[in-house]
Amino acid sequence: MTPRFFKALTMSAVLAVSGGAVSAAECIAPANPGGGWDFTCRQIGKIMFDIGAVDKPVQVTNMPGAGGGLAYNSVVAERSDDPDLIIAASSATTTRLAQNAYAGRTADEVRFVGAIGADPGVIVVAADSPFQSLGDLVEAIKAEPGSVAFAGGSAVGGFDHLKPLMILKEGGFTDITSVKYIGVDGGADAITQTVGGFTQAMTGDMSEVVSFLSNGDIRVLAVLTEERVPGFEDIPTAKEQGYDVVAVNWRGLYVPKGISDERFDEWAGKLQQVADSDEWAKAMADNGLAPFTKVGGDFQSYVDGLVAEINTMSKELGVIQ
Amino acid sequence: MDILANLALGFGVALSPFTLFLAICGCFLGTIIGALPGLGPSNGVAILIPITFTLGLDATSALVLMTSVYYGAMYGGRISSILLNIPGDEPALMTTLDGYPMAKQGRAGDALVLSGVASFVGALLATIGLMLLAPTLARVAFLFGPAEYFALYLLAFCTLGGMASNNQAKSALAACIGLGIAMIGVDSSSGLPRLTGGNLHLYDGVDFLVAIVGLFAIAEVFFFIESHGKGSSIGVKLEKVTIPWKDIMATKWTMLRSSAVGFVAGILPGAGASLGSFLAYMTEKSLAGEKGGFGTGVPKGIAAPEAGNNAAAGGALVPMLTLGVPGSGTTAVLLALLMTLNITPGPTLFTERPEVVWGLIASLLIANVVLLLMNVPMVKIFVRILSVPAWVLLPGVTMISFVGIFSLSGSYFDLLLMVGFGLMGYFLRKMDVPTVPIILGILLGGNMEDALRRAMVLSDGDVMYLFSTPIATGLWIAAIAGFIAPMFLRNLLRKPQRVTD
Repeated sequence: MTPRFFKALTMSAVLAVSGGAVSAAECIAPANPGGGWDFTCRQIGKIMFDIGAVDKPVQVTNMPGAGGGLAYNSVVAERSDDPDLIIAASSATTTRLAQNAYAGRTADEVRFVGAIGADPGVIVVAADSPFQSLGDLVEAIKAEPGSVAFAGGSAVGGFDHLKPLMILKEGGFTDITSVKYIGVDGGADAITQTVGGFTQAMTGDMSEVVSFLSNGDIRVLAVLTEERVPGFEDIPTAKEQGYDVVAVNWRGLYVPKGISDERFDEWAGKLQQVADSDEWAKAMADNGLAPFTKVGGDFQSYVDGLVAEINTMSKELGVIQ
Repeated sequence: MDILANLALGFGVALSPFTLFLAICGCFLGTIIGALPGLGPSNGVAILIPITFTLGLDATSALVLMTSVYYGAMYGGRISSILLNIPGDEPALMTTLDGYPMAKQGRAGDALVLSGVASFVGALLATIGLMLLAPTLARVAFLFGPAEYFALYLLAFCTLGGMASNNQAKSALAACIGLGIAMIGVDSSSGLPRLTGGNLHLYDGVDFLVAIVGLFAIAEVFFFIESHGKGSSIGVKLEKVTIPWKDIMATKWTMLRSSAVGFVAGILPGAGASLGSFLAYMTEKSLAGEKGGFGTGVPKGIAAPEAGNNAAAGGALVPMLTLGVPGSGTTAVLLALLMTLNITPGPTLFTERPEVVWGLIASLLIANVVLLLMNVPMVKIFVRILSVPAWVLLPGVTMISFVGIFSLSGSYFDLLLMVGFGLMGYFLRKMDVPTVPIILGILLGGNMEDALRRAMVLSDGDVMYLFSTPIATGLWIAAIAGFIAPMFLRNLLRKPQRVTD
């Protein structure tokens, strides 16, 4: 029984490997179907084929596990010179890399190609909250740090947690460990807690709060982008309120480290083509994403900066040593 | 009027020929699963979940299929109770008390039809109750903060633990095992991995589907192997089936009362259908008094638990859909299904995904009618299926479990884990340790811990915060009462079982 089991296992492994070795490009979504990474792979893959950037349809593989860690590990350890491989990434990827959550893997073991869309960060309060602007909120925390608790959809130390901390640091408040934050199951839950009065503010992504804007339960204090978001022009940015913080959940790709520079530039070019296409503009509008295009070397330096910043902040928070 | 408009939306979703077809398949499979001894609604739904993924069903279709199986199993559970004196599932236990004696008197057909009608009444009333009450209960969710949620999860553990076993200590032990398993993986409050042994496969924690299929289905297989499939012979002959109008009319008030009792029991998180049928039976028994002849094969003794357990099945959906807290073992499995489909049950489900909720409610109504039609005239077919030999059933269950789990994750690690859970389930049941609290622990343990830690963050570590609101305090009292009361009710619990034989 056991030898046969392993035979079958080896067989399927061989099949899987040979299946991946065909010349069509493969996009790994490091999560189950339906999530953000899966969306990135399927949309970008489809548009690349539709606009003729690749000859064959891009094959999407779901490799869930360890918040993207299984896929990252597999790419670095087993496929680090595969020229036909792209992998979906987002802010969560860099956050986890910065916090050493991928079992020792570091950000410089792959190459980040680019981001072509982003879900803007937002800070939200209940409609009946006394805080009318981001300044009100920051001053209240400065006066008494424990008086405001944030709820967000990511774990402690996750990107949702870091957003208000970046704003507070910009506002001159440095004792960030005294700021209360609870991580709940997604943005909707965070809003429920805030509207219910258990927390005083919610930190999350634009796409998470859109459905609550219409029924008048919440007020968005600030959106964390350079410019106001098209379609939501009445929501002020943090920047225009005097807090120069841009925090978006970008959607993009990375590739294995070992591919040639020419191949890397090719992928960057293809990604730029997708970013410029009408199909992508429509896909972004349908999914609450704002334009955010950084491709090639430009993006690599952005990622490096992000990793360094999050790493520093996580150390201050005590999330990592 | 809102309700009618919503219901119209629901029927619009659920009445497509394809979903109707799924509902009929689900009802049929469910009845069979319920009728097979040992395979209850929890196992049935757990085994069939992977199929919904393999078929690539969308969320609504998957829900229609699974709720049909759920309701079908609740109906089917009575068949082996009445004919074999073996409850087809846990909630059908009370039906054996009067159903089997009645069958021995040569009225097996009457007992089956009467219990089918009682099931229909209970389930129908509960679905109507779900329709009327769920949107109201959904608004209550804004009142639930971390302290309230913690108390609510505690209540679920206490009441379920109190009912599922004759031994409080063993239930508590099982719940703790579940809580321990729930801690495996990356801790969401600190982002640090716990109990993973550095294995990346364990970073996401133990998938509850792996645990459920292992503990129920695989453990069941081990039991079949051990018993050589004994107990699948039919002890009572089934003759002509007629509709006993006289008995149905005589038990109409019993059915109504039992439905109400069952529904309320179902709404209580963790109490579930077993409590519903138990309470319904005990209520009717005490109303009838000594002269009622309960335990000797009276119609009321069949109608009460069946109406009660089916009403509880409907009631259990209320907290599952509106709060994301399952009211029974099976709804715990359904909750797992919903979460895998990327639907987060909770207060916003009714506003965000009305097509899912009302489609579900409409499909429950459809499933009910289908089941009534299926169960009364076709009861003979189901009886015949009961004689399926174990050597056919056993490989089927094993195959479905392995293929199902592998198709979920594509990881052989999960298969090994599943077999491990199967062995654990086998030995725990040998030691009379209930497995339902383990599932509940795995499913809710993480949430319960998160709620506690959030409460501690918000209150700066002040324990009194957990009792700071009337709702939280009320839930604490209910939880403590739910855990302690069965110790004193134990004598009451044992009595009806002694009368049986």
